[in-house]
Amino acid sequence: MTFGLLLRRDLGNLLPGRRGGGTLLAVLFFLAVAILYPFAIGPSPSLLVRTGGGILWVAALLSSILPLERLVADDLKAGVFDQLHLRGISEELAMAARLAAHWLSFGPLLLAASLPAAALIGLESGTLLTLLLGLLAGTPGLAAIGLAVAALTASLRGGAALAGLLVIPLAIPILIFGAGALARPDTSAVWLAAAISLALCAVAPFAAGAAIRAARDG
Amino acid sequence: MHSFANPRRFLSLARWITPLALTLGMLLTGAALFWGVTQVPPDRLMGETVRILFIHVPAAWLGMGGWAAIAAASLAFLVWRHPLAALAARAAALPGAVFTAICLVTGSIWGRPTWGTWWVWDGRLTSMLILLFLYLAYIALSDASAREGISPRIPAIFGLLGAVNIPIINRSVVWWNSLHQPPSITVGKSAIDAAYLTPLLAAVAGFSLIFSGVVLARMRALLAEAQAEARLRRMAGEVV
Repeated sequence: MTFGLLLRRDLGNLLPGRRGGGTLLAVLFFLAVAILYPFAIGPSPSLLVRTGGGILWVAALLSSILPLERLVADDLKAGVFDQLHLRGISEELAMAARLAAHWLSFGPLLLAASLPAAALIGLESGTLLTLLLGLLAGTPGLAAIGLAVAALTASLRGGAALAGLLVIPLAIPILIFGAGALARPDTSAVWLAAAISLALCAVAPFAAGAAIRAARDG
Repeated sequence: MHSFANPRRFLSLARWITPLALTLGMLLTGAALFWGVTQVPPDRLMGETVRILFIHVPAAWLGMGGWAAIAAASLAFLVWRHPLAALAARAAALPGAVFTAICLVTGSIWGRPTWGTWWVWDGRLTSMLILLFLYLAYIALSDASAREGISPRIPAIFGLLGAVNIPIINRSVVWWNSLHQPPSITVGKSAIDAAYLTPLLAAVAGFSLIFSGVVLARMRALLAEAQAEARLRRMAGEVV
């Protein structure tokens, strides 16, 4: 019940629309990479097809850093979590709802954007399917790392710049398995990416909740 | 453990352990390296370059051990609120990063004549490089939170998050590498000869002593800094 209310509120803030826009910006950034990449390496279809899936994965990873700046910091400054705490709602529950909202506002949009991006790069339908499956498996993990890092850096002044530095090394396993699936005939790498994602989703609300509480206690 | 929560008690011990560890460590490391460079015969396969390994292997172990120390200290700080544990984690980050960098640089120098290239995207090399990035991220986070007066629990949480991720990163990088190419060189099952093992273990012990000496010295410096700041604040009459 509380979770649903929190999720609705967070979705209203995070989805592109009246108040949000951060995730839309990230998806546009993702598309921009797909547009820039052929300019950088040349329009040769064979080269694009061979390297395109990997570059889309890198673009997805980097674009997942963009919405982190406002994911937690604004509400922390406004005292939203203090209010929730006073009402007996734990930080972990708030962060679990925030994680779900973050992925919902970002993951499906990114999956949709990878269709035109794949068309620009000229991926075949089989590769595209693996890319979509990999992104579906990997983006919850990226969202989980992003949430934990956003909560850790929320109270710092230069937090947004630091967030990128913290996310990248932690996100490497997801990139390896998600992009690695493109080079394999079977789907085992997708399952491994999904496994890492689920483990990270289980850990992230606790890490983020602890960070929110640490920021309050000073 | 909490008997050392009092900084004064810790300092009275650290005051004489720090120079002892540093001196002993330098003597032991110097002797081991001297032995390794001048007395050990060149290896049949690697030739003279085998001598680099007397620095490379201890640096690799301490680079990984450094994060284990950060994780253990972070856990102690988060669970028991032990005030010195936060300092220990912060103090261990820089030497850990330096040893990781030494491991990468010496490995690169060793790889040039042995593998014929400065860098290969080998699983172990790559995971050390990622470890270095994690160290840099941790140092940036702990420095920023100390500078802005934010709870030291923030870097401690990241230290634990990193410790959870390091095995995953290590395994995934090894898996990724095996996808592309077999290992360029395998040390194999052949046990290291005692002529190499003795100076190697001595170097490991020596470098470990230097590591702990540096951590203690940095903890003392951080404590002194905090004390000086507190004294200045008292003198300015703003008792906080």
